[in-house]
Amino acid sequence: MKTLQQLQEIRERLKPMITERAEGAKVSEGQPRKSILVCGGTGCTSGNSKILHDNFISLLAEHGLQDEVKVIMTGCFGLCSKGPIAVVYPDGSFYTHLKPEDAKEIVEQHIIGGTPVERLLHAEKDIYGQLKSINDTDFYRSQRRVVLRNCGVIDPENIDEYLATDGYKAYEKAVTTMTQQQVIDEIKKSGLRGRGGAGFSTGMKWQFTHDAPGTEKYVACNADEGDPGAFMDRSLLEGDPHAVIEAMMIAGYAVGAEHGVIYVRAEYPIAVHRLEVAIAQAREYGILGDNVMGLGKKFDLELRLGAGAFVCGEETALLNSAEGKRGEPRQRPPFPAIKGLFGKPTLINNVETYGNVAQIILNGADWFASVGTEKSKGTKVFALGGKLENVGLVEIPMGTTLRTIVEDIGGGCPNGKKFKAAQTGGPSGGCIPSSLIDTPIDYDNLMAIGSMMGSGGLIVMDEDNCMVDIAKFFLEFTVDESCGKCTPCRIGNKRLLEMLDKVTKGEATLEDLDKMEELCYYIKDNSLCGLGQTAPNPVLSTLRYFRDEYEAHCNGKCPAGVCKALVSYKVDPEKCIGCTICARNCPVKAIEGTVKQPHTIDPKKCIKCGVCASKCPKGAISK
Amino acid sequence: MTDEKDMQFAAALESLKDVPGPVMMAMQKAQDIYGYLPLEVQLKIADYFGVPLATVYGIATFYSQFRLEQPGQIKIAVCLGTACYVKGSGGVIDKFSRLLSVEPGHTTSDGRFTLEATRCIGCCGLAPVLTVNGEVYGKVTEDSVDEILAKYNEI
Repeated sequence: MKTLQQLQEIRERLKPMITERAEGAKVSEGQPRKSILVCGGTGCTSGNSKILHDNFISLLAEHGLQDEVKVIMTGCFGLCSKGPIAVVYPDGSFYTHLKPEDAKEIVEQHIIGGTPVERLLHAEKDIYGQLKSINDTDFYRSQRRVVLRNCGVIDPENIDEYLATDGYKAYEKAVTTMTQQQVIDEIKKSGLRGRGGAGFSTGMKWQFTHDAPGTEKYVACNADEGDPGAFMDRSLLEGDPHAVIEAMMIAGYAVGAEHGVIYVRAEYPIAVHRLEVAIAQAREYGILGDNVMGLGKKFDLELRLGAGAFVCGEETALLNSAEGKRGEPRQRPPFPAIKGLFGKPTLINNVETYGNVAQIILNGADWFASVGTEKSKGTKVFALGGKLENVGLVEIPMGTTLRTIVEDIGGGCPNGKKFKAAQTGGPSGGCIPSSLIDTPIDYDNLMAIGSMMGSGGLIVMDEDNCMVDIAKFFLEFTVDESCGKCTPCRIGNKRLLEMLDKVTKGEATLEDLDKMEELCYYIKDNSLCGLGQTAPNPVLSTLRYFRDEYEAHCNGKCPAGVCKALVSYKVDPEKCIGCTICARNCPVKAIEGTVKQPHTIDPKKCIKCGVCASKCPKGAISK
Repeated sequence: MTDEKDMQFAAALESLKDVPGPVMMAMQKAQDIYGYLPLEVQLKIADYFGVPLATVYGIATFYSQFRLEQPGQIKIAVCLGTACYVKGSGGVIDKFSRLLSVEPGHTTSDGRFTLEATRCIGCCGLAPVLTVNGEVYGKVTEDSVDEILAKYNEI
């Protein structure tokens, strides 16, 4: 148990170090001379960054530098495609693509010798030919980090470092200087909207839960990030778990709840571990418990793990699952604010939404609302994926255009391919075609063009991707994940998928496309929960912007050459030199021919796996 | 089933005695202990918490993480999240399926390999990604399938 004063002492003691780390300022006496920050996000960890981290520690100890150089495993830096990543402060040298054995060279040449290892630095130079420091690179320059401010800066498994970033000060401020209603008003005034996808006003949700009758209430955190290709919430939980805990405490104070539940996907073992560590540390400091920070309030948290069901991201399904039942959605109303977890009034917000709360309380609603567009305030975190040079996690002000995200931050499509579309909102969202690349991204603009903000997955597709195939991919996902409770979703989406399958096989007619559209609207209008109501969106939006591709399929052609039934491989007899490589590699022995004679492919046997085309040294085989 | 596992399982049930909504948590713990949820384990959970077996079975079949069959020794999980899919993980899982003669979600008849299609595992920067017994392989191609299988066939 720490007193308010003890907490403040920890903040003041560590603050210079964190500031130095973040800004590369002068090093004060008695602090470690340098810091090496190694990314401990899931992407970099799977690239062995944990071993790299351990190597740094043992090498520094060998040289007797363990007190002078601090090695920290942080949360996600964001630039996952260049991982594993490490940054050396105070100079801000940005190392990418590291292998565990590179630790030796960095310690000997950079830490001891004072010269950064150029071979391993992120090779992005300014106009004078100088290497850019991390914050000046194209990937980071256009970003604005509010939610992710501590990711890649602090050690998420050390509560002291969170305290040093004014951690748990917002809770103290809320409880000691504001009434419950003032806290709610501040959140309302900030214009914060739910980051989980639907974009409902966060302040209103708090108000409803506050106003609901009942003495026992819950605060829940939706960390069931199921959208394939999205990892914003995971990165925040991995990089700054205390920020979420503090926000839930503030919410608990505002709505009058003493219990918090974080429902997190079991597929995120690192995030679960960091949350467990953070909760244990907060309890040890008396920040969670029966007398929070000595301020006379009670609040504690528990974790509930999911078990792999996309629908549990829907708030009422989440409640059922958190109660240990099948994760089927409930009829609304009553809304969770009235009747939620175990039948009690429950406030449910998404991880990223909570990520903004402490900052709003500390800096004020006006500060928060100064960023963004008229109706969408603040920043949004996106997980960039797909056909981009720079894949990873970015946080941008609302209103940034898709072009900035794709071309500047993402670095455009690799291999000079043409950008075709971006999918936002995952299986619930839609695509944004290249003609709308200058659309400023906010809730309402995305809705107007037939997509949605969603939780923040942003997958880029290039000219090699078939939009019908992508729509089918998403619909297969939702059909698989439909819980089966209501008929429009269970059967309607299945029928829709069958029609889509006909299209990809070239068996559909133009009339079928109209029928599909009609069915889409039927499913949207009649499904019980958000999953069904949004499931047809990928089909509708691709039909809207890429109808020509659908029509081409009806005429027996897949323009991108993806749909297998509509593709056939041919050998160009002029180019073929009869080397027999294709025939030897064909898994089904569909290629015939004698040495030094042009080969032929038997279309009846061919399974269109494309191995022959990729193996041919002369490029003689094409679709 | 060994006695030691049974004891762990009994302790896990005991620890959840006073927790509200314990059934799913008990099932998660049971699967951690036994690797899957055989019928007798489901029955014990149902008995302990006084719920019908149908409730336990209903939960087990609702969530994709619960397994009702004993998994193979080597679990190959290919990510079919969007980022991996647009970069060709569909071809990768097809090739595993062809070479191992097993459909995704099933185990080879010799009990060696279980092939699974997983949801996004969150390493989208390394797409396409697969894991073999938890070890991550990033930026895989159809060619890497041969290498990976060769590696595990030696073991």
